[in-house]
Amino acid sequence: MLKAMLGEAWLAMGANRLRTALTMLGMIIGVGAVVIMMAIGQGAQYAVQQTISTMGSNLFIVLSGSFTTAGVRSGSAGAPTLNVADANAIAELDGVVNVSPTHQGSRQLVYGSQNWSSQVLGTTPEYLEARAWNVVEGAAFGDSDVRSATRVALIGKTVADNLFNGDNPVGKTMRIQQNPFIVIGVLGSKGQNLDGRDQDDTVIIPLSTAQRKVFGTPFLGSVRMIMVQADAADNMQRVMDATTSLLRQRHRLREGQPDDFFMRNLSAAAESEAETTRTMSILLGAIASISLIVGGIGIMNIMLVSVTERTREIGIRMAIGARQQDILTQFLLEAVMISFAGCLLGLLLGLIIALAINAFTGMVIVISGSAALIAFAVAAGVGVFFGWYPARKAAQLDPIEALRYQ
Amino acid sequence: MSDAVIRVVGLGKSYATAAGLFPALKGVDLEIQAGEYLAIMGPSGSGKSTFMNLLGCLDTPSTGDYYLTGQNVAHLDKDALAGLRNRTLGFVFQGFNLLPRMSLQDNVALPLVYAGFAKDSRRARARELLTKVGLGNYAESLPSRISGGQQQRVAIARALVNQPRLILADEPTGNLDSHTSEEIMRLFGELNAEGITIVLVTHEADVAAHAKRQVRFHDGEIVSDQLTGSGA
Repeated sequence: MLKAMLGEAWLAMGANRLRTALTMLGMIIGVGAVVIMMAIGQGAQYAVQQTISTMGSNLFIVLSGSFTTAGVRSGSAGAPTLNVADANAIAELDGVVNVSPTHQGSRQLVYGSQNWSSQVLGTTPEYLEARAWNVVEGAAFGDSDVRSATRVALIGKTVADNLFNGDNPVGKTMRIQQNPFIVIGVLGSKGQNLDGRDQDDTVIIPLSTAQRKVFGTPFLGSVRMIMVQADAADNMQRVMDATTSLLRQRHRLREGQPDDFFMRNLSAAAESEAETTRTMSILLGAIASISLIVGGIGIMNIMLVSVTERTREIGIRMAIGARQQDILTQFLLEAVMISFAGCLLGLLLGLIIALAINAFTGMVIVISGSAALIAFAVAAGVGVFFGWYPARKAAQLDPIEALRYQ
Repeated sequence: MSDAVIRVVGLGKSYATAAGLFPALKGVDLEIQAGEYLAIMGPSGSGKSTFMNLLGCLDTPSTGDYYLTGQNVAHLDKDALAGLRNRTLGFVFQGFNLLPRMSLQDNVALPLVYAGFAKDSRRARARELLTKVGLGNYAESLPSRISGGQQQRVAIARALVNQPRLILADEPTGNLDSHTSEEIMRLFGELNAEGITIVLVTHEADVAAHAKRQVRFHDGEIVSDQLTGSGA
C-alpha cells in the first residue's frame, strides 16, 4: 500500500515538473545554505581548536613582578621575584599536573655565516609536555641536562629553516651570543598562536644553562615565568587561587600588600575565542535555517494549491473507498518526497559549494556526517510539518462536495 | 425481507439554507432485494440525487435508518463508510471520473489499493475486469486515449473490482450518445443477469426502460414504484 502510494506521489510530482522543481528549489537552497554555513562554522571552530591544541590545554603562567626605581616601573617580569623553589612548591599543589619554570629572552643566533634573532627559552623537559610539543628530529634534553647545565638546544622549524638553510641541524653547533650550543633536536611545527606570533621561531635550552650562560640571574635560581598546567579546565580557577595564596605565603606578603607576581590564564583567551567561533557558527546555522523554513512554506503553499486543484480527484478516491487516513498519507508523502528530494540535492549542492570555497579561498571547512544527518532530519520534519495542514485539509474534504468540484 | 440488499426506513435529509432547514428528502421507505435492477427517476430537485448519495454512503441521513446488507449504516463514522464504499458498493458516475494520470489498469485497481491487496493480485484482478468489459488490450493506456463509452466501461470495471453486492450508477449514460448508451445499458443488463444488484438514477425514460423496477421521486418523496417487467 505504501509502495503504491509512493508511486502515486511520484506521478503527481511528475505531473507538474516545473512547479515541483521550483518548490524543491526552496528546499535545495535552504539545505544547501545550512550545509555550507555549518561547514564554514565548524571549519572555523576546528581552526581555533587546532590553535588551542598547539598551545596546550588548561595552562596558566605566573610572571615575576615589577619593580619601581625612582618612579619608573619595570613592567611584568622585571623584578626577580620568582625562583625554581616556587615552581617546585607549586608542583606539590592539588590539581597541578605539570610545572615548568622558564627564563627567556631574545638572542642572536649564529651558525656558520648565517645569523638569526630568535626567542630563547630556558626551561625544564616538563615544558614540552605541558605544551604537547614533540621533537621530530633528534631528541629532547632530559633532567640531567638541566642539572648539569649542558649546552644543548632544541630549535623550532623557523630557526632551522633560517639558520641552517637546508642542512640537517641535528648535531651541528650553533652559537647563542658567544656560547656554542649543540643542536640535539628539531621541534615539530606549531604554527601561529592566537596573536599571530610564530611559535616555531624558538630555541629551547635547559633552564640552568639559560640562567647561568645566556641570561644570567640576579639571584640564584630566579626565573621570569612559571608555566602551570592544571588537570582539568574546571579546576583552573581553584589551582590559580591556590597558587596565589601559596606564593603570597612563600614571599611573606602581608594582608593588604599587593602581589609581587602576575598571573595569566592562557586557556581563557583561547576559550573565549572558541566561544566566539561557536556563537558565530550557531548564528550562521540559524540564518541558514530561516531559508529552510522559507522553503518549507513554499512546500505548504504548493501543497495547498495542489489540494485545491485535485479536489475532484480526492472526491473520486473517497467515493471508491479511500479513508481519511489514506488521503492524508498520500499528500503527506508527496510533501515529504519533495522535501527529501530537495534535501538530497541541497546536500549535494552545499557540498560542492563548500568544497569550492575551500579550493578557491583556502578557508578551513569541516563537513561532518552529523550535519548532513541533521539537515536530513530537519528536511523530513519540514516536509511533515508544512505538509500536514494541506494534507489534513484534503483528508477532511466532504466527498460529495469534492465530487461536485469542477 | 432478510435478503434485502437495501432497506431504508423513514430516511430523511435536510440541508441548512439561509431560509432555514430545507428538507431534500422527506422520510422515504424503500426496500431493494438482491438481484434487483432498479431505476430511480424524477425531475431535478426531486431528491433523487440526495437519496443516491445516502445509498452510496457518501452522506449520512438526518433522520431514519439505512440497512445495507442487513447492517444499519445510518450513523457510522467516515472511515467505516469508506470501507463500505470500498467493498460493498461500486460507483458509476455520469462523468466517468477516472483519474487522468493513471493507466486504465491502475484506475481499475485503485479500490484494491485501499482494500490492501498486494500489487500482483491487484494487477491480475484489474486485467480480468478490463477483459470482461472488452478493454483488455488497453490496460496500459491513459483514459484520455479512449472514447467516452470506453471510459464508462472502465469505470464499471473499477466499480466491480472489489466484487460488490451492489452497483450504484448516477446518470451513467448522461454524457454518452444513444448508441454508446445502449452498449452501456447492455453491460448493466449482463451484470444484473450475473446476480449483481443495480440501482441507477436517470431522467431518460428509454434508459429507465432497461430496469425491472422504476421508482419515481418528486419533492423528496416517492410518488410511484412499479415493476416494468421488461428487463434488459
